[in-house]
Amino acid sequence: MSPYEQYIALLTLMRKEIRRYTRIWSQTLLPSAITMSLYFLIFGGLIGSRIGEMGGVSYMEFVVPGLIMMAIVTNSYANVVASFFGAKFNNSIEELLVSPTPNHIILLGFVSGGVSRGMLVAVIVTLVASLFVDLNIHSYAVVVAVVALTSVLFSLCGLINAVFANTFDDINIVPTFVLTPLTYLGGVFYSLELLPEFWATVSQANPLVYVVNAFRFGVLGVSDVSVGFAFGMIGAFTVVAYWYAAHLLRTGTRLRT
Amino acid sequence: MPHALEIRGLQKVYANGFQALKGIDLEVAQGDFFALLGPNGAGKSTTIGVICSLINKTAGTVRVKGVDIDEDFPGAKRHLGVVPQEFNFNVFETVEDILIHQAGYYGIPLKTALERIDTYLTKLGLSEKRKTRARMLSGGMKRRLMIARALIHEPSVLILDEPTAGVDIEMRRSMYEFLREINEAGTTIILTTHYLEEAESLCRNIAIINHGEIVTNTSIKNLLRELHRETFILDAREPLPETIQVPGFEVSRVDEFCLEAQIEQGQDLAELMSRLHESGISIISMRNRENRLEQMFVSLLEQAS
Repeated sequence: MSPYEQYIALLTLMRKEIRRYTRIWSQTLLPSAITMSLYFLIFGGLIGSRIGEMGGVSYMEFVVPGLIMMAIVTNSYANVVASFFGAKFNNSIEELLVSPTPNHIILLGFVSGGVSRGMLVAVIVTLVASLFVDLNIHSYAVVVAVVALTSVLFSLCGLINAVFANTFDDINIVPTFVLTPLTYLGGVFYSLELLPEFWATVSQANPLVYVVNAFRFGVLGVSDVSVGFAFGMIGAFTVVAYWYAAHLLRTGTRLRT
Repeated sequence: MPHALEIRGLQKVYANGFQALKGIDLEVAQGDFFALLGPNGAGKSTTIGVICSLINKTAGTVRVKGVDIDEDFPGAKRHLGVVPQEFNFNVFETVEDILIHQAGYYGIPLKTALERIDTYLTKLGLSEKRKTRARMLSGGMKRRLMIARALIHEPSVLILDEPTAGVDIEMRRSMYEFLREINEAGTTIILTTHYLEEAESLCRNIAIINHGEIVTNTSIKNLLRELHRETFILDAREPLPETIQVPGFEVSRVDEFCLEAQIEQGQDLAELMSRLHESGISIISMRNRENRLEQMFVSLLEQAS
């Protein structure tokens, strides 16, 4: 395919993906706004007011970046895993597989759907958060870079999950048993400084630690880990996820017999 | 001029060890209307799956209009349009969206795609369903939608896997007309079907596949020429006698107004009519008892096994 034809194929996939989640906005966009409002109200407002400061800022300010990032992670992941598995389930993925669309365009198309949903939800949740706390962004460049990299990373993870999933139950296992625990243990609600040394060290293996802390640095200017190192880790995870997803598409794993 | 499709030594062994294709060779000329016949599980859909990249082959080569799928799969895919046996579109999308997306995957700009959608939906009688979600379509409409989708990038080779399964007779006939029309316009058509009369009336050449091997590959005319014996049902104007003797022909009484005659290769049907007339039996209608191709098909499969 010529670069122009690839561009059309990519636009087609992006349009399709964005229309899919905006058509069912009450299932894809609204729940995050409601859930995060409750988090802000309960953890930030009710409980947070009794906790006091954490990491040098009010508890409410401390949890906001983590909660926004949690929404981005779950939405970018959920979008791609549901869309790709749905296409596998009703065999419409064959429309793409029989076409000359290159694998990197298929990947970019699905990932762009996840990234756009992640970013849209980030905007919605940030607007909701601004009702509870005054947000003064420390570094817009860091915020945008972390949001973009994170949504790409978890969109890719969603696609990998969808490739291996055989049933709709399989696309819920990873978010429920892996993603949610890692998010909660990734320092959304607490500073790693509160952990005993052993558990603080174990937490370094959790990719969500880097995502949450890099974003918190972008918003508040505070972080439990070095921001440069955090970017390096997120970037490394993204490269590995991209390589593996591309490998799965190239070999046709679980897509071609 | 390269063949529309050229397959050499194609083998497929599934993960469970089942050998679906045992080294088949097949050539389909450009512009041909070609039938690939075989019983269930013979390897037809596996062959099509390999050609259109939904199944990974174990060995062999496949060329579409001279383009080797191992060397330039995207290039080969451009020439191919595929209508699979099972519905494989998102039923929650509209007819128009399904076609726009498929055109996009081939790099076709939206403006061109919309023009082609107009053309194919009109030709296939789906214009009024343009904005309808696919799940609301009847089975026949869904099948026509898949044909429109396969043609949206105007391929030179169209492969149809059981395209008329579950389609009523009237719809089937209009589909035949449409397929003849695009074949006459230059599109090579490769068809798998269970309706053998469909292959006989539409196709010029045929390959019969069984247990993953090509049993025969010839023209339909040649194949039918090999048929040595045919059975005809004859309807008489008057009640027939209890016993019927026609010298030189094997004739038997079926009921009061109906008889059955076996015609060997080389025998003259006019002579049979003439002798029946001489015996006072007037024939008002006649039909072939079995589909001729079906007889040949069964006989070839029996020989192969």
